[in-house]
This record gives sequence, structure tokens and C-alpha cells, in this order.
Amino acid sequence: MSDIPADLKYARSHEWVRVSGGVATVGISDHAQHELTDVVFLELPEVGKQVKAGEACAVVESVKTASDIYSPVSGEITEVNKAAVDNPAVVNSDPYAGGWFYKIKLSNPSELNSLLTPEQYGEQVGG
Amino acid sequence: MLRRTPLFSAHEKLGAKLVDFEGWEMPVQYTSITDEHLAVRNAAGIFDISHMGEITVSGAVAVDFLNSVLTNDIRKIGPGEGQYTLMCNERGGTIDDLYAYSLSRGVYFLIVNASRVQADVAWLQKQAAQFHRSDQLYMTDASHNYAAVAVQGPRVKEFIDECISGSSNCAQRVSRVTALKKNQIGGFLFRGHDVMVSRTGYTGEDGFEIVGNDAPIQGVWDAVLEAGKRFGIKPCGLGARDTLRTEVCYPLYGHELNENITPIEAGLGFFVSLDKGDFVGRAVLAEQKANGVTKKCVAFKMTDKSAPPRPHYPIWANGNRVGEVVSGTQSPSLNLGIGMGYVPPEFAKPGTAIEIEIRGKRSAAVTVQKPIYKK
Repeated sequence: MSDIPADLKYARSHEWVRVSGGVATVGISDHAQHELTDVVFLELPEVGKQVKAGEACAVVESVKTASDIYSPVSGEITEVNKAAVDNPAVVNSDPYAGGWFYKIKLSNPSELNSLLTPEQYGEQVGG
Repeated sequence: MLRRTPLFSAHEKLGAKLVDFEGWEMPVQYTSITDEHLAVRNAAGIFDISHMGEITVSGAVAVDFLNSVLTNDIRKIGPGEGQYTLMCNERGGTIDDLYAYSLSRGVYFLIVNASRVQADVAWLQKQAAQFHRSDQLYMTDASHNYAAVAVQGPRVKEFIDECISGSSNCAQRVSRVTALKKNQIGGFLFRGHDVMVSRTGYTGEDGFEIVGNDAPIQGVWDAVLEAGKRFGIKPCGLGARDTLRTEVCYPLYGHELNENITPIEAGLGFFVSLDKGDFVGRAVLAEQKANGVTKKCVAFKMTDKSAPPRPHYPIWANGNRVGEVVSGTQSPSLNLGIGMGYVPPEFAKPGTAIEIEIRGKRSAAVTVQKPIYKK
């Protein structure tokens, strides 16, 4: 059974979002890291890049395969997690804190309303 | 509807992640590819390989027939021995790569790729129909009769005799399983059922492959996991099987080999016996051995930090696109990106600087001697 913190919002494509003062932090869920297993490489967007909600903007590679990460929200990338690039295994061990991917300045905060609540996401991944 | 092996419920019970592999619902991993991989390198692992195909060939002309369709010289093996070999079309392209075992005089057992069983059987039947004295040749696709497991790793020899005890009663006569030498095969009794055990594998580690009917193989699976527990055995999926074989540069059909790639191009000339007499594909293979090839399978390592290479990524050298990756992964043993690919021979020498194009960006790599990983 995977961990789904109650204070986050989720995308159907398994990213989580934590919002603070108009800036969202984005990562992948515990369920997603468990499905991927053995994260060995992260490719994160450039700081300053404009991304749209639903756009593939990062890649996470496990031993087996490469998977696109879709931005749950639109905006400008303000920071990326260099520590996770250096040690990708943190995505497996600490997906909701040390394993975050990037921070994004929201250009359309109303998009947050279309993301899933923890309960809805829990239903999607089968609890 | 995907086919399931007799170990399917065992995989489900262990929480395996299951995938479609060539029409079979197979475990790709149980916990983590890296953990399973390292268990095999350092201790022990067990794999379900029941999807693989088994073909029996026997009769007075079996040896001559097999020597006319396989690249290696089957006369090099006697009863109780096996050899790696390939089967080619007239163009020298590879129909399949396989293990051929001699069980007794005139009785051969072929273990072939799951994805190639039908192609192999069709090809063998076609060749047999053209073979003189084919009335003295008997061939059976016995794949549906057999399940199989591979038990691999440096510590397997410390407990496998507990699981399958006693001496062999056919093929290689030995006092116990661990008395088998590399590439030997013996028939043993497991709880009253016949199983065949060979000292072979696809991981680069010492180990055994065990073939038998469904019930004894289900029993062997449980017995091996139980006896191997104190040595750190792990059930291993196809994910680890692929990373293990890539590190030691064993070919996988559909990647390093296909009907348009010859064993010489794949770097498997050691298993092509040009002096044994004629066989299908020989003319092309002899010509390539004498005059060289236009593409060659090379092994490489990434030299800069990069994403792992994957099949179909372009290979560049001297600013030109020169080839394509056929296998690639993050090596759990070396903790860097590794792979194999085809390039023109001028770029095949170990130590040649190449680049792998990953999502539009080129990353530095270097060709290396095979195997990529060596203890």
C-alpha cells in the first residue's frame, strides 16, 4: 500500500504538487516510484523554461526504462533539485521530500482545481 | 490471452510485477531489478525460464542432420554434454541461437528462445524434408511438456545438492548435481520425478538450469528458494536476466541477433565451425570470416554521466551517425550506462570514442572488450 500524503494534490499521471505562495513543488508519488523502481537518472528542465500543464518536461530513468514526467501545472521553472540529479535513488527512498523534481511559478493557479485530491488519487491507484 | 507458466501462481504470491514477454505473462521483477541482479552476482537467484522452447531430435541421422543446420560442430559433444550453437538461413542470417545437448547416442535436446519456437520448428521441418535419409530422423516440439528454472550465482553450488539429491541416472553420470562440469547435463530424480540438470546459464555466473514436467519444477522452485534462503537467494525476473546478460555480452534474439544478422557480425565466430562440412549459411559465413563484415556488434560503456543507453538510440563517431544501439541499460554492477550496438568495423576496435544519441543529445561513450563486466 502506497503512501499518499493528505496535504498534496496529484495528477493522473502520478506527479504530486505542493503549493506555497504561488510556487509549486513537483515530484512523483510513492506509487510511481514503486512502479518504476531503481531510479538511476533524472533529466530535469532548465531553470527559466516555460512549461504548460500536461507537457512532458522531465524524464526519469529506471534500470528498465525511460519515463516522461508531465508537468501538472503551467508556469516558469524556478529551481530544480540538483541533489536528486546527483543521487537519483532519493526519488525511491524519499519521494515526497528529498526526491522532489522542480519548482514552478504558477501562471494559472486555477489549474490546481482540476488536480486530484489525495482521496481521488488513492482510488485511482487502488489505495 | 497470455500464456502462463506452471510457476505463475508462485510469482503472484511473491508479488511479482508481470509483463507480456513474447506472449507469455512473465515476472519482470519481484522487488527491484538492481537487488535481484546483485543477488545473482554475489549470492544466488532463481529464474522461471519455462517459456523457453524444447525440441528433441533423434535417430540414426540426427547428428548429420543437426550438423547440416547448426553452425557449431555437434560432433564435439558426447552424451551428457551441451554446446551453444546457432541456426542460420541461406544468407547466414540467424534463425535462432540455442543450446544443443546430447542426452545419449543419437538423441539430442535443443533449448531455444520462446519467441522463436514456431520459426525454429518450421525451419527444421523444412530442412528435414530436404534431408536425405529423413526417414531415420525424428523431431518433436516438446515445449508444452516442459517447465524450467535457472538457479544462478556463486553460492548456488553450496545448496543445490540439498534440493536435488543423489546421483544422475542418465546422460552425464555423476554422483551429485555439483559434480557436473560446465555445459554438462544429467538426468536426476526429484521426489520421484525425472528432471534434467545442466551446468549452464545466461548470467555470467556459475549455476544450473533444471528442466522437467510442471509438478517437479514447481517443487524445485520452492525447494531452491527454501534451501537458498540462508545464502540470500532472491527470485529474479526478466529485468535482472536482461541486465545480467548485457553485462557479460550474451546476445538476446531480437536485439543482437535476427534473420538479417550473421553470427560473424554478432561476434560469435567461435561458435561457427567452418571446417566441419557444409551447413546452411556456411558460404556467407566463410566469406565474411575471410573478407570481413560491414557491421560488427560492439560493446560500449558511457564515459560521461548520462541517461542509460537504450535499444535503437543512434551511435555517432567522428561527427557521423554510424550505427544503432541494440541493447542498453544501467549496469547494476558497474553503476554506469552500458550497451551493445552495430557499427562499421573501423569503429569496432576496443577503445574507440563514440557517442550515443539520447533524446536528441549526444553523450560520450567508448567501445570496450567483451564482456563488459568481468569478476
